[in-house]
Amino acid sequence: MIAIHVKKRLGAFDLDAEFEALPGVTALFGRSGSGKTSVINAVAGLLRPDAGRIEIDGAVLYDRAARVDVPVHRRRVGYVFQDARLFPHMSVEKNLAYGGRHDRDRVIAMLGLEGLLERRPAALSGGERQRVAIGRALMSDPRILLMDEPLSALDAARKAEILPWLERLRDEAGLPILYVSHAASEVARLATTVVVMEAGRVLRAGAVAEVLSDPAAVGMIGAQEAGAVVRARIAGLDRIDGLTELALSGGRIVLPGRLGGIGTHLRLRISAQDVILAREKPQGLSALNILPAEVTALDEGPEGVAVGLLCGSDRLLARVTRRSARALRLEPGQGVWAIVKASAVAPDDVGGAV
Amino acid sequence: MIDWLGPEEWQAVRLSLKVSATAVAASLPLGLLCALALAKGRFPGRQLLNGLVHLPLILPPVVTGYLLLIAFSRQGPLGSLLEPLGVSFAFRWTGAALAAAIMAFPLMVRPMRLAFEAVDPGLEAAAATLGASRLRVFATVTLPLALPGVVAGAILAFAKAMGEFGATITFVSNIPGETRTIPTAIYAFLQMPGGEGAALRLVAVSIALAMGALLASEWLSRRIARRVAA
Repeated sequence: MIAIHVKKRLGAFDLDAEFEALPGVTALFGRSGSGKTSVINAVAGLLRPDAGRIEIDGAVLYDRAARVDVPVHRRRVGYVFQDARLFPHMSVEKNLAYGGRHDRDRVIAMLGLEGLLERRPAALSGGERQRVAIGRALMSDPRILLMDEPLSALDAARKAEILPWLERLRDEAGLPILYVSHAASEVARLATTVVVMEAGRVLRAGAVAEVLSDPAAVGMIGAQEAGAVVRARIAGLDRIDGLTELALSGGRIVLPGRLGGIGTHLRLRISAQDVILAREKPQGLSALNILPAEVTALDEGPEGVAVGLLCGSDRLLARVTRRSARALRLEPGQGVWAIVKASAVAPDDVGGAV
Repeated sequence: MIDWLGPEEWQAVRLSLKVSATAVAASLPLGLLCALALAKGRFPGRQLLNGLVHLPLILPPVVTGYLLLIAFSRQGPLGSLLEPLGVSFAFRWTGAALAAAIMAFPLMVRPMRLAFEAVDPGLEAAAATLGASRLRVFATVTLPLALPGVVAGAILAFAKAMGEFGATITFVSNIPGETRTIPTAIYAFLQMPGGEGAALRLVAVSIALAMGALLASEWLSRRIARRVAA
């Protein structure tokens, strides 16, 4: 259990963030300058709050009222910085061992660092550097892992290389993770809890499937980035056409590519702008994915209408123009057909099981 | 070399090396501390410390030497305090080392300070999150990364100490075998009829030592920089 309340005045910027998080990955999500990094710096002890309280799994790291302020080096936080911050004068091996040798062999195996140990940081690629930084943080035996946009400095190929490592970390290390990001696809793929921040305040905090599929949250997340997260099971593979058939709670959809073995559970982000709505079941359509759904909520914003849908037990999100919303006479409780474009789900949006 | 230099000249060379090495070794810890405080510290009186460190660079050396003489003579405020402890600087080679250390101090601190300022505070923060105390952060991250600047400061200070004249001669005079370093020996030989030969030989030694120190510092800092950066 993580309970964080941080108040801090930094010039004109006023930070006052409070949230609680369950085990797993908690994503701090928001635009740059919303105060995400300040929050994890306060957890690490690199930023001293004016007031508040920080508790991680029963350990109080900061409590203004009780005059507790554990120094940085005794907090046992593993911090993975955006720019890795490896020590340039030490080999990878020495960097890894700097904070301790906890679980050394398993960490090295999990992050695939065997071949890098003799090298200097200058001889590593961006993705390798981040993996070493993650390994170094883990080997210091932290009580929490803090990650400040660990992927933002990387190109798409490197991101795709690191994301599976992060998923393994979440599933194998059993360690709470605070993950700062401004990319909804990363949040959807990794997080269990989402904390949406803006201008130093927490706008919304809750389970990832709930927050990301809430039409009212579209404005906070950004219209382009909004999209629901669903769980799916691989139900079939079409080797000839190169397709994977996925079973959702409310029906089946087909995606291009081979996404795993039959029976594997996946986490899937379906972007709101890739979901089309129809009142009648469409016929003769090239899109293969047509799911029955029920409208649960509507939220009108400046860029259109966000529509919350219930499809089986999964929540989906669609975005339509105001005119379409009027034409379809959308209202809560009404049944519709949701059409998901097969090519719209990027490989980046398909993650391992939770 | 021993044949080439007369015994008095050889004595001056040996004494200069001893005085300069002692001056640098003894002032190095304080120099590091001042450089670190000026680079990273935010405390009241920081500008005053900065001024104090640089004062010997700007003051006429004879003023520094005279102030030392007043302070460390047998009756002086510091001299009388140290006398019972058996520590004496007045007219001793240790006094020459003290004068050289003070005169060389600004040159020692400046490159060290610049080197400490150049160390990325982000790396130090990263080390702290990995459980390193302040002392360990300094010993394992800050100092190794600043080492080229630290070495440069020490060598610069050594070269300055080898050449110190004004403060030394004012404070501890020019006693052969005790306080007669290369510069004061050259001065003394020039006052003597027929001393030009000895003076010229010491000038040659001075140039050789200065060039040697410069080349050594270049080579050393390039080696360290490669080790730190690669």
